[in-house]
Amino acid sequence: MEKLINDFSFGLFIWQIIIFVLLLFLLRKFAWKPILNAVNDREEGIKNALDSAEKAKLEMQNLQADNEKLLQEARVEREMMMKEAREIKAKMIADAKEDAKTEADKMVAQAQAAIESEKKSAIAELKQQVASLSLEIAEKVVKHELSDKDKQLKLVNEMLGDAKLN
Amino acid sequence: MYFCTDFKDTVICSKMQRKTLIRILSVLLFIVSFSAIAQEEHGMEVKEVAPGETGSKTKKEEIKEFINHHLLDSHSFNLFGSTNEETGETHHYGFPLPVIIWDEGLHTFMSSEFGHGEEIVESNGKYYALHHEKIYRTNAEGTLNYDAEHGDHPTNVRPVDFSITKSVIMMLVVGLLLIWLFRSLAKSYAKNGSIPTGMGRFFEPIVLYIRDDIAIANIGENKYKKYMPFLLTVFFFIWFLNMFGLTPLGVNVTGNIAVTTALALIVFLITTFTGTKDYWKHIFDPLGDGMPWAGKILIYIILVPIEILGLFIKPFALLIRLYANMTAGHVVLMSLIGLIFIFKSWIGGPLSFGLSFAISLIELLVALLQAYIFTMLAALYFGFASETHAEHEAHEGEIQHL
Repeated sequence: MEKLINDFSFGLFIWQIIIFVLLLFLLRKFAWKPILNAVNDREEGIKNALDSAEKAKLEMQNLQADNEKLLQEARVEREMMMKEAREIKAKMIADAKEDAKTEADKMVAQAQAAIESEKKSAIAELKQQVASLSLEIAEKVVKHELSDKDKQLKLVNEMLGDAKLN
Repeated sequence: MYFCTDFKDTVICSKMQRKTLIRILSVLLFIVSFSAIAQEEHGMEVKEVAPGETGSKTKKEEIKEFINHHLLDSHSFNLFGSTNEETGETHHYGFPLPVIIWDEGLHTFMSSEFGHGEEIVESNGKYYALHHEKIYRTNAEGTLNYDAEHGDHPTNVRPVDFSITKSVIMMLVVGLLLIWLFRSLAKSYAKNGSIPTGMGRFFEPIVLYIRDDIAIANIGENKYKKYMPFLLTVFFFIWFLNMFGLTPLGVNVTGNIAVTTALALIVFLITTFTGTKDYWKHIFDPLGDGMPWAGKILIYIILVPIEILGLFIKPFALLIRLYANMTAGHVVLMSLIGLIFIFKSWIGGPLSFGLSFAISLIELLVALLQAYIFTMLAALYFGFASETHAEHEAHEGEIQHL
């Protein structure tokens, strides 16, 4: 201990304090502050870059999800449109068939009606003809009776045989 | 172990290239250092042999004296000495340094006027002699008085010595080196867009390590910034001076009690003046509201003096630790080299060379470790001082860990 105290140099102590404090201030001003600031800035920069990269990644993901959604929607819409078109097609075919059928039925009915009326008119005409024919026959028979009784009878029979067909 | 893993992580991320470079550099450093110290020793040895018929006991004493002399600060910058074999005269190579003393007035002269401690210097009517690198006022004959009370030290008056000694020169050199080194690092950031170049690549991880694992870990995220300049300066200052202590220049600055005292005093002042209310409360009222006042009085009679004593013991431990470690390292290293001259044999020589080489490697680590420990503990004390109550709990673990 005595040696330590004897070795203690007050001058060196003072010099050390002066040099160290001076060094501390110089280094603080010219070295430590710029160094630490630069390092901090760099770290901040790296942090920001990482953050923005993360953000961009998220955005990208969002965008992709959006795209996927859009695509899905489009697909659904297409599906729907296809279905609709198919339905329309089926309906149109069915409608056409329906229409055709009713038309055909109508035509058939009309034809039938025409046939019926033709038949009726034909029958009416036939009846008239039969009537006029009967009258003619009757006239002829009457005329013939006047000449020969047998012949008259024969004629009547013949006439009747012919008339049966009608 | 905390130190090793983390430090490795930060530094080893640098590439193998740099590691090899450092290895080569350190090996070179040792080779140079040994040759020069051996040269120094050689000079001494020849001088010692010249008078003849001196036994090995005297040689041991001579070596011991040489080591003691090396540990002291010096008024001249000696690089090495040689002895003329014929005349037995020793010639020292180096340069003198200015002596500035205050003894009822300012006296300045060059240390070369002392010769090598043999001559008396007359300055402004007063006479001074150099004895074991200390300046004593004496008379024209240069008489030094001794008495039993003072042991080996003369009782002559010692004027206040403000000389630019070898240590002061080394501190200035290290100071300039630090300014140049870190100024260029700071500039390289500005120039290269936040990317360090050259030496900065080696020093930046260390700066970051001090910031992240010393300052932030011990002081806390909020307050570490104002302590950073001191921590960085003290770390590199001690480390560089320790490293210079291993060079052939043979300076022992950090192993000088005055230097470590000055550093510890600065730590003490910073701790004291940045102490928060909670810090002082912890010293004068450590139990807080945990106990009624009647009980506290009894405990505080013992506890408060211990806490107050602790204020001074902490920096005192800092100064003794650094001083003792560096001095011990130098003593061991020089003793092992001294063994070569005692053994003087083919076995002893290489053996002590190998031993001192191994110790040098350890010293290289110690140089870094002591700088680290000083910085770490300073940061820890700053952490105590700047602690506020809210942060207290979070820090408890860290303290116990140490």
